[in-house]
Amino acid sequence: MSLSLETAANPENLRRVAIDPVSRVEGHGKVTILLDEKNRVHQVRLHIVEFRGFEKFIQGRPYWEVPVMVQRLCGICPVSHHLAASKALDAIVGAKQLTPTAEKMRRLMHYGQILQSHALHFFHLCSPDLLFGFDSEISKRNIVGIAEKYPETARRGILLRKFGQEVIRHTAGKRIHGTGAVPGGVNKSLSIAERDELLKDIYQMVAWSREAVHMVKELHHKNPELYNSFGAFRANYMSMVGFDGSLDLYHGRLRARDQNGDILFDGVDYRNYTQLIEEEVKNWSYMKFPYLKSLGKEKGWYRVGPMSRVQNCDFISTPLAEIERREFMAYSGVMPMHAPLGYHWTRMIEMLHAAEMIKDLLHDDDITGSELMASGERGFEGVGVIEAPRGTLIHHYRVDENDLITMCNLIVSTTHNNQAMNEAVRRVATQYLHGHEITEGLLNHIEVAVRAFDPCLSCATHALGKMPLEVEVLNEAGERLSILSRSGDGLFSAS
Amino acid sequence: MNKDVTFALSSAGVGESVARGQLDRGGVAMNNKPATFTLDGKTIPFSAGQTLIQAAMAAGVYIPHLCYNPEFKPHGSCKLCTVKADGRHTSSCTHQAQDGMVVESDTKEINDERRALLQMLFVEGNHFCPSCEKSGNCQLQATAYEIGMMSPHFDHFFPDRPLDASHPDYLLDFNRCILCSLCVRASRDVDGKNVFALSGRGIKSHLIVNAKSGRLADTGFSGEDKAAHVCPVGVILKKRVGFAVPIGSRSFDEQPISATPHPGPAAATLPPHPQGACPVGPRSNAATLPPHPTVKDV
Repeated sequence: MSLSLETAANPENLRRVAIDPVSRVEGHGKVTILLDEKNRVHQVRLHIVEFRGFEKFIQGRPYWEVPVMVQRLCGICPVSHHLAASKALDAIVGAKQLTPTAEKMRRLMHYGQILQSHALHFFHLCSPDLLFGFDSEISKRNIVGIAEKYPETARRGILLRKFGQEVIRHTAGKRIHGTGAVPGGVNKSLSIAERDELLKDIYQMVAWSREAVHMVKELHHKNPELYNSFGAFRANYMSMVGFDGSLDLYHGRLRARDQNGDILFDGVDYRNYTQLIEEEVKNWSYMKFPYLKSLGKEKGWYRVGPMSRVQNCDFISTPLAEIERREFMAYSGVMPMHAPLGYHWTRMIEMLHAAEMIKDLLHDDDITGSELMASGERGFEGVGVIEAPRGTLIHHYRVDENDLITMCNLIVSTTHNNQAMNEAVRRVATQYLHGHEITEGLLNHIEVAVRAFDPCLSCATHALGKMPLEVEVLNEAGERLSILSRSGDGLFSAS
Repeated sequence: MNKDVTFALSSAGVGESVARGQLDRGGVAMNNKPATFTLDGKTIPFSAGQTLIQAAMAAGVYIPHLCYNPEFKPHGSCKLCTVKADGRHTSSCTHQAQDGMVVESDTKEINDERRALLQMLFVEGNHFCPSCEKSGNCQLQATAYEIGMMSPHFDHFFPDRPLDASHPDYLLDFNRCILCSLCVRASRDVDGKNVFALSGRGIKSHLIVNAKSGRLADTGFSGEDKAAHVCPVGVILKKRVGFAVPIGSRSFDEQPISATPHPGPAAATLPPHPQGACPVGPRSNAATLPPHPTVKDV
């Protein structure tokens, strides 16, 4: 693991190629590549060029608004922010234990979110690359092309996503940006009619999800050279696992493993995340770079998301997904899977797990119960962690005695993957672009690597006030006259 | 026994107005037919002393409004209820009905003006409906939907208005204040407390509370007060109960504001005003009020 190719030694004489914006991802980002006259790659960076600033403007707002306000970070997985904030604020209202109905409603909402987001990512955003080829005809490399050539696949993708959104609508009131979870519980349970409406389709969704896993698995088996090596790099990985070691996307403790799959830490109460994780700010991206404190900046970066979770847990509680997990683990062998395309396989295993969990919850009487809220001794600080579709999502708030937010820290899934995504695009640039004439198809290889992580770039940009900047004053000949810079701690210097 | 009422400001001219305004207290014209006016072509009966909006509401016809609440004296400040009465613009919450009057309300011209007023209200404050607890129960939002406001149109002012969270049970979010003065009227006229007041002039008008510190916690405000329950937008909010009502069950989820009965009982009709002109306005009644205790004018 190294940071080579992050910064070229002599960038001034190099040619710059930019992929701006990276397409078929959520949010706005760009990749820049610096090449010499022989097309040798000297620098590759994934820049996140959005700026959001939620951490700052949430300050001074009443805490009960937060779960509804912060979910506006994202239009793809708002439920994740909604639930992570609600979990954090449960501590403020003293709800140490939610009612069974409240916890199950939140879980149902979350699994609906996982289902719809994973379906969206795989079928709408990535299947064109995987089914047509990375450098296939660009005019067909999209969901419309998929609908023409593989109409049943496209239809299933759309209906799986729609079902997940219906689960969200029945639990949160709206498909996007609902209000179901509140600090201390939820504001509604399922009606019998809502439950029966979802039950009508859930078995079909489980079956389709299972076939989606098989589809990705087949792709790996058909072309192992590509799938096992494309953009591959070794990394640490982290996720939340259930208290019993199972894959639990809603609640549990933090576990991290090194590149060999050996445990780095386990059973960590996520409220202590600040003891484990530090964030670095770099002057060319609005997205921070987190790393494990114990390993330092150079070696401490890590991956999150489906491939980390499926390999980090001991088992999956639902039978069909567990069968698939075992097959995946057997395929990857003794060592963990590190190839980014493995994300697709594990993402589909999680989608199957989510569908199975939805089925189980719909058969649980608590889901239609009436005990919605819990409360207890008032608290002033709360941390909520959830495994969002893209990875570990951390929300941390402090609240004053007047009920207003005084501090907010968000570490978003995509932020954890920042260094890993940069590493992946550097590997792909070296593998495929180095020394070659640049074509659109080759550049799409870079995007394929970014897409594998399913980044949500708009969620991940919060470095407000900490952004290091450099302002250069140049004369007409382009010679630098002076430079003003601000470091990550906000200090200015001039030269 | 029949006391005649004149409406001097009728656009139809004083003489004609007097002739048409020959009513008894029960709203019966001199010819013993019930007194009526037409609103967008529909005949609306009324009794003596009723304003146009009162008579319209009693007849089940919606005229958009924000600062009007049937439980309180009209304020005539938001101008959303502006109609054309016999060709002249007037606030229907303060203009008394008169026999034979021809009133226009739901017309493109007037709705365009109402939309512009709403747009100005939205840009003057900070109205972020997506994370506002009042969303779905908010009269400003519901009225904007009703009038078909699709964008703010004007540049946002983005004023800096810190919250007052000092009170243990209630929060004041001044960002959403539309200066309707309903809390001012409720606290003064019902609670007898004078907790709230509008301060400043023109574009600098703003809501203040009656404490030297400027903090709600230092006033006599209580959750039992009428003033705690009249805000048509999301300024005065009970703490720690955000988003308890799910989407789909809020006031304006099932039907638009035009089909929703106004909260609170219908007010008694106003006594006939001796001059017939607008009886009350935002400043016109100030002289008759008991002196307001010192307030911090910020």
